[in-house]
Amino acid sequence: MSSGAELTSQEYITHHLANLKVGDGFMAVHLDSLGWSVFLGLVFLTIFRSVAKKATPGVPGKLQCAIEMIVGFVDDSVKSTFHGKNELIAPLALTIFVWVLLMNSMDWVPVDLLPHLIHWTTGMPLGDIYMKPVPTADPNITFGLALGVFILIIYYSIKVKGVGGFMKELTTQPFGHWSLYPVNFILETVTMLARPLSLALRLFGNLYAGELIFLLIATIGLFQLPVHFLWAAFHLLVIPLQAFIFMMLTIVYLSLAHEDH
Amino acid sequence: MDINLTLVGQLIAFVVFVIFCMKYVWPPIIGAIEERQATIADGLAASDRAAKDLELAQEKATAQLKEAKVQAASIVDAAKKLEAKIVEETAGKAQAEKERILATGHAEIETERNRAREELRKEVAILAIAGAEKILERSIDGAAHSDILDKLVAEL
Repeated sequence: MSSGAELTSQEYITHHLANLKVGDGFMAVHLDSLGWSVFLGLVFLTIFRSVAKKATPGVPGKLQCAIEMIVGFVDDSVKSTFHGKNELIAPLALTIFVWVLLMNSMDWVPVDLLPHLIHWTTGMPLGDIYMKPVPTADPNITFGLALGVFILIIYYSIKVKGVGGFMKELTTQPFGHWSLYPVNFILETVTMLARPLSLALRLFGNLYAGELIFLLIATIGLFQLPVHFLWAAFHLLVIPLQAFIFMMLTIVYLSLAHEDH
Repeated sequence: MDINLTLVGQLIAFVVFVIFCMKYVWPPIIGAIEERQATIADGLAASDRAAKDLELAQEKATAQLKEAKVQAASIVDAAKKLEAKIVEETAGKAQAEKERILATGHAEIETERNRAREELRKEVAILAIAGAEKILERSIDGAAHSDILDKLVAEL
């Protein structure tokens, strides 16, 4: 499904990996990533809110059953890891899991489908159409999520342990001697920063790689169809797993922030 | 990598979605789930209790049945004893009544006989007087000879 004989594979892939962008430099916004992200978040909230409004403790409907399965799964995951009392963590985990799952699922949309649809409906030349529909293959999106989690980690660390307790945790371990406190501080700061960084980069890396492989497969001609199928089937594992990992690590990090040493 | 305002936009969307989820999505759904879990747990506990109650009731019924049988047997025994006693008492009373009636009868007969004998004596005395008058051809003054007459009556 190469979009034209005039394109080399490299140009085709580069074109597909470019975002629909307005603005320049830091003030730029990726309309496709952010648009799909917000749209999928609204899909999630609309479906779940419609169930929540009609939720009955009696005999549930089929949609309510399905939603309750997801909510129950998230609730179990939270309860098995986080033992404090916190009204935020469970809904946070649910939002992350379902939203990231939906965003990851955009990986299953064939790479040329959306650009061609736009081409057919608006008549824009294919070369001008930029549409990267997988939000989680955009580092802005994954870092946006990870930054939110990071802020919560800092917030709860300070709320539970106090500023002094938090600083003490950053400086007095792993080495107990006072002369090594600066070393401790550097180590602990790196640990602290590694959490959101690893969250964001893991999700981004997996989905970006998945998207890239789809694009590579799209350049090999007729044999791409079975290969596409195999790679999409493989993503049955990758997509929910990455969503689950992001949710689970968020819960773990927040429960660590609640722990007093 | 090309970090720009998209990140900020995503962060804002994240915050808004999480707050919405926390306020309007999570509590009703988890509330419904937990309420249903509580209802089911109550139902199971109630059925357990009912099964236990049933077992207890059956045991109690069996025990009561046994007790009732024992009681019935003892009542029948008592009734038999009472019957025997009543029969005995009645027989005794009848015997006494019979003896009393017999005694009364004997007494009446005795009185009657004595009265008859007395009358007979009187008759005989009159007859004797009449015979004596006939023999003597004259009347005997009852008052004058009453001592003789009395002696005669006493001898008869």
